[in-house]
Amino acid sequence: MDVATLLGDLRLAAPELTLAGGAMALLMVGVLFGERLQIIASVALALAVTLGAGLALASSSAFGEDGGANLFAFAATGLASLIAFLGARPAGPINGAAASFLVAAGALAIIPAPEGVEAAFNGAFAVDGLSSFAKVVIALSGAASLVMAARYLVGERLAKFEFSVLVMLAVMGMLMMVSARDLIALYIGLEMQSLALYVLAAFNRDSVRASEAGLKYFVLGALSSGLLLYGSSLIYGFTGSTQFVEIAAAVGEEPSIGLLFGLVFLMCGVAFKISAAPFHMWTPDVYEGAPTPVTALFSAAPKMAAMVLFARALYEPFPEIAADWRQIIMALAALSMAVGSFGALAQRNIKRLMAYSSIGNMGFALVALSAGTREGLEGLLIYMTIYLVSTTGIFACILAMRRREGMVEKIEDLAGLSRSHPGLAVAMTMLLFSVAGIPPLAGFFGKFFAFLPAAEAGLWPLVIFAVVMSVVSAFYYLRLIRLMWFDQPAQPLVAAPRELGFIAGLSAFAMFPLFIAPFVAAPGRALVETAAGALF
Amino acid sequence: MGVGLSHYLAVGAILFTIGVFGIFVNRKNVIIILMSIELILLAVNVNLVAFSVYLGDVTGQIFAMLVLTVAAAEAAIGLAILVVYFRNRGTIAVEDVNLMKG
Repeated sequence: MDVATLLGDLRLAAPELTLAGGAMALLMVGVLFGERLQIIASVALALAVTLGAGLALASSSAFGEDGGANLFAFAATGLASLIAFLGARPAGPINGAAASFLVAAGALAIIPAPEGVEAAFNGAFAVDGLSSFAKVVIALSGAASLVMAARYLVGERLAKFEFSVLVMLAVMGMLMMVSARDLIALYIGLEMQSLALYVLAAFNRDSVRASEAGLKYFVLGALSSGLLLYGSSLIYGFTGSTQFVEIAAAVGEEPSIGLLFGLVFLMCGVAFKISAAPFHMWTPDVYEGAPTPVTALFSAAPKMAAMVLFARALYEPFPEIAADWRQIIMALAALSMAVGSFGALAQRNIKRLMAYSSIGNMGFALVALSAGTREGLEGLLIYMTIYLVSTTGIFACILAMRRREGMVEKIEDLAGLSRSHPGLAVAMTMLLFSVAGIPPLAGFFGKFFAFLPAAEAGLWPLVIFAVVMSVVSAFYYLRLIRLMWFDQPAQPLVAAPRELGFIAGLSAFAMFPLFIAPFVAAPGRALVETAAGALF
Repeated sequence: MGVGLSHYLAVGAILFTIGVFGIFVNRKNVIIILMSIELILLAVNVNLVAFSVYLGDVTGQIFAMLVLTVAAAEAAIGLAILVVYFRNRGTIAVEDVNLMKG
């Protein structure tokens, strides 16, 4: 391998390298510098990285030779980075800089690979439409969770710079996951993400609940990594390679029993990470115990990363035996939808309720995956993107549930929200209607595009079950809405911070296809089609 | 009689099963769970190295080295979380890890 290929490969991994280098640099700034120097260094680093990413994006081939579009891309990167910096700034300058770094990584991920190149590092690291799409969504979602965390961390006396460094490292792992095209790269990316998330779950180290959440997440996460690794070792042994492309070549129509065992273990491991039933038991406890902004992070970016990884790890190496793995995906989907919908009915804690909601949503997304077609992958990406936006908005509303004496997280505390915080109540209502899948909001279209491919593939029983479960799940979303609008107000909540209102409002606005469809539908569709085309 | 691939795979499978049972059946101590996790990862390493020798391909051994490295990091983080938990709770018995019912 000569120097030129190495440099080319490193350039293709620019988003990951930015985050890894940035995390280390910010860690050093936090450890070595005093308060004044921290501010100067953070601003300087954020500015340098934003300018670098903006220039790289503008001078790349992402928008062709169109000067206007390139100027717009540069300005948008700068503006988004500035907003992220200011939003995350209350928890300290290093948090602000970390949010800027995440935006910059998202901008760098847009840059397409040169013609004819689809993977770096000897084929282990995919750089295609799918990875770019997922990376942009994940990086922005990570930045949003840092912004949402800022005031919470200050309020709970947790404003330490290590938080943002850990989020950056976790997001870096997620970016590696969506690019993994080799079992080793897959494992390293997954562990990179998980190790940072274990620590984040237990970040409030003086709280018994948070440390218990961290412990449970660690034990079950490590077990799932073990299952995944055991599966990987069997797949390696029975196909003779760890690279997805070579595995695909070695898998015939009649797979050996060892290979099937390996595939099942691999799928169990990934199912743990996306909290699909029956591997969901850690989810409610960890969601409840972890600090709320960490829960917001858990329910968004890692799910997208693990779903894309799931799709890539099934579609690329194992298209020949789709009939075999489809059975497992269908079972996971049906169980997750049932557990998510019925489990949520009995919950009194809003974070536990969101845990069951995310289990159910993963089930709906798996319906799209089980189709095994290009349209199925498109549906999966659409569904996951809409889910990410709405769940981020809902968690912004949950983070705004604060009384004078501290955070509240019981469902009853939402009562009368419409009178004390009308704006927040409207946003939350729209978001809940959308997740419940009520037309004409975005969530309905997400479900539509997720179920249609499965129906076209002839999986009618699963689709009908999915529709029934989505009606059941609408019940508990509507219960929340009734509490907010028709029940006697509980003790009033204090005013919500601006940035939470901004995020909740923005995501609620995005749920109205009538407003945004003219701008988003056609280019969004094209983006998703290129992304899905990477595997077909 | 010679020792072939299947013998190594059997050892790997047995170690793996002991590890999984150690996590689920054990009702005593979280340290035992950490040991079981290590056991699972070592079972994977036995598998990988056996396959690597059998296939005459070095990838499996590289994979095993990476697994060892990550396992060390994982053990460090697991013990750190366990220490934090012990400080808050004063016990590491598995049956006491039940503040939230899942």
